[in-house]
Amino acid sequence: MWSYTFRRVLMTIPTLLLVITVCYLMLHATPGGPFDGERKVSAAVMANLQAKYHLDLPLWQQYLYYLKSLLQGDLGASFRYADWSVNDLVAKALPVSLTIGGGSLLISVLIGVLLGTVAALRQNSIVDYFVMLLGNVGSAFPSFVIGPVLILVFAIWLGWMPAGGWDGFDVRYMILPMALLTFINVSTIGRVMRGSLIEVLNSNFIRTARAKGLPLRTIVVRHALKPALLPVVSVIGPLAISSITSAVVTESVFSLPGLGKLIVNGASNRDYTLVLGLVVLVTVVAVLLNLLVDLAYALLDPKIRY
Amino acid sequence: MSLLKVNDLGVQFQTHDGFVYAVNGVNFELDRGQTLGIVGESGSGKSQSVLAMMGLLAKNGRTTGEALYKGKNLLTMSPREMNRIRGDRVSMIFQDPMTSLNPYLTVERQMTEVLELHKNMTRKAAKKRAIELLEAVRIPEAARRIDMYPHEFSGGMRQRVMIAMALLCEPEVLIADEPTTALDVTVQAQILSLLKDLQRDFGTAIIMITHDLGVVAGLCENVMVMYGGRVMEYGSANDIFYHPSHPYTIGLLGALPRLDHEGGELMSIPGNPPNMANLPKGCPFSERCSFASEQCVNELPPLVPSTAGSTVLRACHRPAEQLAQLSEEVVHG
Repeated sequence: MWSYTFRRVLMTIPTLLLVITVCYLMLHATPGGPFDGERKVSAAVMANLQAKYHLDLPLWQQYLYYLKSLLQGDLGASFRYADWSVNDLVAKALPVSLTIGGGSLLISVLIGVLLGTVAALRQNSIVDYFVMLLGNVGSAFPSFVIGPVLILVFAIWLGWMPAGGWDGFDVRYMILPMALLTFINVSTIGRVMRGSLIEVLNSNFIRTARAKGLPLRTIVVRHALKPALLPVVSVIGPLAISSITSAVVTESVFSLPGLGKLIVNGASNRDYTLVLGLVVLVTVVAVLLNLLVDLAYALLDPKIRY
Repeated sequence: MSLLKVNDLGVQFQTHDGFVYAVNGVNFELDRGQTLGIVGESGSGKSQSVLAMMGLLAKNGRTTGEALYKGKNLLTMSPREMNRIRGDRVSMIFQDPMTSLNPYLTVERQMTEVLELHKNMTRKAAKKRAIELLEAVRIPEAARRIDMYPHEFSGGMRQRVMIAMALLCEPEVLIADEPTTALDVTVQAQILSLLKDLQRDFGTAIIMITHDLGVVAGLCENVMVMYGGRVMEYGSANDIFYHPSHPYTIGLLGALPRLDHEGGELMSIPGNPPNMANLPKGCPFSERCSFASEQCVNELPPLVPSTAGSTVLRACHRPAEQLAQLSEEVVHG
């Protein structure tokens, strides 16, 4: 198990290198540069700026410079926010995204598994139809539609919550964005859980458990839950990653100062180091999440051993 | 009072194309320590009859009639009452040992939970008892292997685990639904002799469901032959095997490969089993029966003693004497 984990962590290095290289080339291939603005800068100032950020060197040398500082844990200085290093920007934005994304994912797993279980046990009941409806609505409507509707209802009509923004870690500002992400995640988790539990409950070993005289509660909790959770675990990985990427949308809708906002700003400003830094971060998180999912599999299924 | 008495048991399934009549008017009795074989081809309703008694029918299944265990009707019991009986007084082993054990729990957990539930044992005492039972079904190194998962056992060993699990509470009735079908022949023989020994030691009554007549001959005192959800013939194993008097039973016996005489083609029964959603008005076997008359097609034959005073019950319009010649040929070649 440990050697497997170690090998998997080592495997992230080539993955990371590939992602960085491709991203680096794509960023530099896009027309425009970090210092092309509305205001013309004199040729001398431009030359100075270029020299400061090594932009005057050939591309492969710039690339090596970047890798070197990356190895030292330094994501470089931001091209656009003059006084900020990328590390500082990330350190400031990460807690916001982590609270919203991680918190909502945690809540979604609890609610989704619970709703899915109830729906599977009471097939064709009101709860079941509700879960199915939720699943369809959550999958059919994109977050940039549901988000503004939430704002319209709860912030503008009812006035219960602020329409957006961020104030320290004031809970009132977190509720709507978290509700949006939770809604979308629950729709997936609930649907998957319902389907897999129904399938498991129809299997032969559940019939054996019933023949043994076990009460329904024991059958579900002890015999059916573990196998039913396997498909849920495999969607949690992609869901967690998509909470980071979909933060681009959610954080714009609710104007939150998180990673999503940084990525959008970085990309439109050609802030090479900022975008690359965030890509590195997301890649590492994605690889680690996949590793966690695989390890969780081994925990649930005795047939899987690393 | 007999241990188990089944009266006019019927099982119906509601489907999109209307009701499917899987079992119709099945009657039998089982006393302590007896063995009853239920024989029939796939879809004859043999499994559904016992699943109905155990309360294990699919959601769209309904039952009619009654199945009395010590005078109490199993078919109308609340789930709570049912759970007190099944697994404890009446237990069941299934056809497919590869999928009938929970792959996510150790054998120990799956066995001890039965004793914890029905006998209020502690986990530790239950484990000790479970190891004893695993040894009784001749699983080597039971004390070590009990902590393993089902996938670490072979098919035959898994069926032994299933049997040990079913016998944990020393049930009065053991229902075995084709327990050897998924196993290879040598393992089949081992499992059957095991069941025989266990019956001797525990005094359990067994209902053995099978389509293998060899299994029945080796194990059962009474035999019930089913076709199209109905009982065709019911009697002692001796009578059924040596003096079959129902065309279907004769056909089944004729289809057995024999080692004691040379060559000759195997007999087979032409045609296919009837559509259970649309059973013929008369005898369900009439479509495939070479003795069928006008009466057989139109009128359901009742299950009555084959001759006055006989213990063999049969459902056939043709008098037994008319079939004696054929029966003789099949049995004695």
